[in-house]
Order: sequence, then structure tokens, then C-alpha cells
Amino acid sequence: MSEALKELGDHIVQAQADVVSKTEIRLGELMLGTSPDKVTALLTYLRDDPKCLFTQLIDICGVDWPEREKRFDVVYNLLSVKNNQRIRVKLMTDETTPVPSAASVYSSAGWFERETYDLYGVWFSDHPDLRRILTDYGFEGHPLRKDFPLTGFVELRWDDVQKRVVYEPVKLAQEFRRFDFLSPWEGAPKVLPGDEKAQETAAAPAAAPAKAN
Amino acid sequence: MSDVEIKTLTMNFGPQHPAAHGVLRLVVEMDGEIVERCDPHIGLLHRGTEKLIEYKSYLQAVPYFDRLDYVSPMNQEHAYALAVEKLLGIEAPERGQYIRVLFSEITRILNHLLNVTTFAMDVGALTPPLWGFEQRELLMEYYEQVSGSRMHAAYFRPGGVHQDLPAGMLDSMEGWIKQFYPFMKDVESLLNENRIFRQRTVDIGVVSAEQALDWGFSGPLIRASGLPWDLRKSQPYDVYDRMDFDIPVGKTGDCYARYLVRIEEMYQSARIMEQCIAALRKVGGPVRVDDRKISPPRRGEMKGSMEALIHHFKLYTEGYKVPAGETYTAVEAPKGEFGVYLVSDGTNKPYRCKIRAPGFPHLQALEMMTKGHQLADMSANIGSLDIVFGEIDR
Repeated sequence: MSEALKELGDHIVQAQADVVSKTEIRLGELMLGTSPDKVTALLTYLRDDPKCLFTQLIDICGVDWPEREKRFDVVYNLLSVKNNQRIRVKLMTDETTPVPSAASVYSSAGWFERETYDLYGVWFSDHPDLRRILTDYGFEGHPLRKDFPLTGFVELRWDDVQKRVVYEPVKLAQEFRRFDFLSPWEGAPKVLPGDEKAQETAAAPAAAPAKAN
Repeated sequence: MSDVEIKTLTMNFGPQHPAAHGVLRLVVEMDGEIVERCDPHIGLLHRGTEKLIEYKSYLQAVPYFDRLDYVSPMNQEHAYALAVEKLLGIEAPERGQYIRVLFSEITRILNHLLNVTTFAMDVGALTPPLWGFEQRELLMEYYEQVSGSRMHAAYFRPGGVHQDLPAGMLDSMEGWIKQFYPFMKDVESLLNENRIFRQRTVDIGVVSAEQALDWGFSGPLIRASGLPWDLRKSQPYDVYDRMDFDIPVGKTGDCYARYLVRIEEMYQSARIMEQCIAALRKVGGPVRVDDRKISPPRRGEMKGSMEALIHHFKLYTEGYKVPAGETYTAVEAPKGEFGVYLVSDGTNKPYRCKIRAPGFPHLQALEMMTKGHQLADMSANIGSLDIVFGEIDR
């Protein structure tokens, strides 16, 4: 399986050298890196090339890495029914750089891009109908961004006087608690400074007990 | 007399409508009885599952998968369990894999029983749901016996299943399968040749194979359009490669073909169940990985072993850490390809867990399927798509 994936990756890189920025095979899955301005060309190629035939767009989703300069990953998962293979196309973008819509390549891209826009605020240019899809009418913000709090900003309730649902700022009866369960011991360096015993056992396979954690 | 210009009528369908299968709001533009445009508004059941999972440990995320498509809970746990196992680099023991396949197929029958019968109700038949729900109730008893819950089981865990089957369950299941075949014959005799049912479904919402691929169809919908594509065969997971079953393929791609595919899939699922039961009588051993860093110890062990107590405490507070990496893992859920795109940053919580629900692209194609049909055919289309809003809105 991974032989065939490697072959496929080499084939794509050869044919589309200026479009694919990197290839990677991890856990038996092939990933191609590209950039926003070249993604439609790459997707069209992957769909139409007789060796690829990734005729199905399975999914488009975003991933947020706020510490990065280009904070969003946009991930396209493709499936080739003919060759029984999957491939993942990834690109990086930020809040202001638009990504060309894949709706002209795959009809199913429309809603997936709307969802990515809704939850992350990634802008897709030339999209036929870029509206919010999952969140409420008139919702503000992009909830799956890492800097969006889990509790959100507004809550709603039925107002008996106005006879309608009203929005109010979130009031928590109990403070939102986020426990950090990560054990401090496992992150510590294996050799403590000034610990002579560790020096002696370092020659022996000292890594074994640490790995067990 | 000059031509009279007819203005299209914009109509609101739902969000509360018995034929909408949940909270679907459709804004339909109609020219007389003919649907010109239909715009589904979804998200009325949006609960932010993906965001919530980012704040939970890997084990705590399992129950959220039951609550996505609440008609086929265990298949979704299966996708998640397989994704976490892939990142952890572990594999469930053989007996656990057989149990998972067995319950995946029970879930498939549960789902198809609900869909086929309520689809019949959408187009005017009331008896099938009454019969089908009785069978569903019997199957949900098996759910209850293994997990303590009729629907939200949280039974498949990363590394296997939570506990072994109770004594006598396999015999009882065999009895159930024996009476299931005649039951299915009865349901077929109600619907297959039924004049009203066929008038409402044949040649309605025809989807060609090219359209099915372009719109991201999967599961019974892509098979009804003539593509023999099933992840259980083409990319087998767990012990599906040892199972002997056939993939039904439709010829016409209309609502009736989708119905027939689902009916035949139920027979095949019963066949797989029989094979799993036979295998489970022979295969013994653990039902989940015997690694105390991933699966918690038994309660009895904890009474006597300090080590077990520590492991239990650590696993239910901190949980296990999953090596950094990412995977897209998909299973053949009853509704189609259910996938989990899981990104781990090496901590005890998923960094990102994107849920790819099959109903999402299916509902997107509703406009393509319904354009030019009458309003009444729209509810037939919705019924044949098999949509559940738990998974579409997430």
C-alpha cells in the first residue's frame, strides 16, 4: 500500500512540480502541501489525471494554529473510487488571504467551504454562495478558532415580556474550569543535573522506563 | 392575450415538519407545484461537538460520537476508535474486533429499519414503521445488555470494546436472526410491489453515477447509482476482510433503488452477524488491549493492586497521551462514509477532531435531486437520503 502511495506521490510531484510544495507519507496516508493560489489547479489535476482520478471530494476542513504566522490549515481529503486510494491536500492561509473556491472542481465543495468559513473565518473567493451554515442567523465570530472560548459570548433565553428569544452576554453560575491534568513529571528531563546515579545508568538502557510512560 | 407572467412562490418548509426527519428548514421557490429552487438551512441542532471534543480527553470524547447520528451510534464510535488506535499504533484484540463488527452490523440493521420504514411513512404507508420499531426494540436490548444503554452506548473504546458479551447473548442473537428473515420478507411484501409506494418512488430523484461522485455521495446512495463501492470491502477494517457478504448495487439511482439497496443490505448484515456469532464461539481472549497505559484495569484488580489503582486514577483523570500526528480514518457507516480527521499534538486531548458526516454532502445535493420535481416528491427524496440532523449539524 505505501509502495503504491510513494509511487503516486512521485508521479504527482513530477507532473506538478511547481504546484506541490511538499509530499509526506505518514501512518500510511499521503499528504500534499500546496499554496492557496495553486490549489484549484492541483485539485483539477488530481481529479482528471488518469493515474490519480480522485473523483470524490470527501471533506474540506480547517485547523487553527494561532501561534503560526499563517494560522489556518485548510485540509482537503480526496478519494479515488477507481484506484481505491486516498490523498490529503493541505495549504496554509491566514484571516485575510482568500483561498480560491473548489466549487468549480467538485460540486460537493460548496457546503464544506461554507462550513470552514463559518467555523474558522477562512475566506473562499469565487464561492457561489458563501454564507454561514452551522451557526445561528446573525452569529458573530468563528467558534472553532482556538481563541474563541468554549462557553461563547452570548446565551439566549425566552423573554416573557417581549414574547421572543433574546440574546444576553454569557453569565456562568459557576466559573468555567479547565483542569490541566498533564502530569508535570513526564515532561521533566530524564537526567537531573547533579544526579550522579543517572550518569552511571545512562550507559545502560535508561530510556526504557521513561518510554513506558 | 399576452402571456401572463407567473411569479414563483417562496415557501418555508420546516423546521418542524414530520417529513423533515428532524430540524430541517427548507426555503423552497415554487412554480405552481414544481420546485424551482430549494435552499436547506441547517445548523438548528448545532451543538459544537468538535469544539467540545477539543476540551476533552480522548476517552471522554467517545460519548459525543453516539450523539451525532443517534440512529447508528456504534458505527461512529468505531470510526473514532480506529482513528485513535491508528495514532497510538495499537490494534484491538481479535475477539474485540469480532464484537465490534457484530455490533456494527446490528447498528446497520437498526439504522436501515428506521430509515426504510419511516421512508415508507413519508410516502403514505403506516404499517412498516410499526413493525420495524418492534424489531429495533429487540436489537436495542442487545445494546443495553453490553453497555447499559439503549442508544448512547459508548461501548467501542480506543483499543477494543468496554466489556465482553454477557453469557447467553449469542444464543439469543441467533434466535433473533432466525425470526428476522421472515420479518424482512413481510416488510418486502408490504412495499416492493405496492402500487402507491412505487408510484411515489420510481424515477424520483434520479442520480447518475457521475453526479453521485461529484456530489460526494457514499454508502447506499452511491451504490443505488450503480457504483459497487463499499469501504467494508475496498478498505476493510477490523475483521471485515474475513466476512463473506455481497454488496447490493442499484441500477436506476432513484428513490426506489435506494430503498432496495437498503433492504438487501439488511439481509447481508444478518449474514455477517451469523458469521461473527460463529467466530465468537471459537475466538476467546481479551476484548481490549492489555496495555494498562491505555485501557483501565478491571474493578476486581483494583481492590488488591496498588498499581492498578494508580492506573485507574491516571487514566480517568489525565487519560493517555497520543503521539503527535494526524489521520483521516473512515468507516462504512449505515448512511455512508463516516470519517474522523484527527490531529494530535502529543497531549491527552485531541487538537482537532473533524467529523465527516455522510449526511452533510447528501443533503447538499437535495436541490440537485429535487429541481423540477413536485413538492410531494421532495419529502420522498429527503426520506431516501437518510438524513439525521445530529450528524449534519454536529
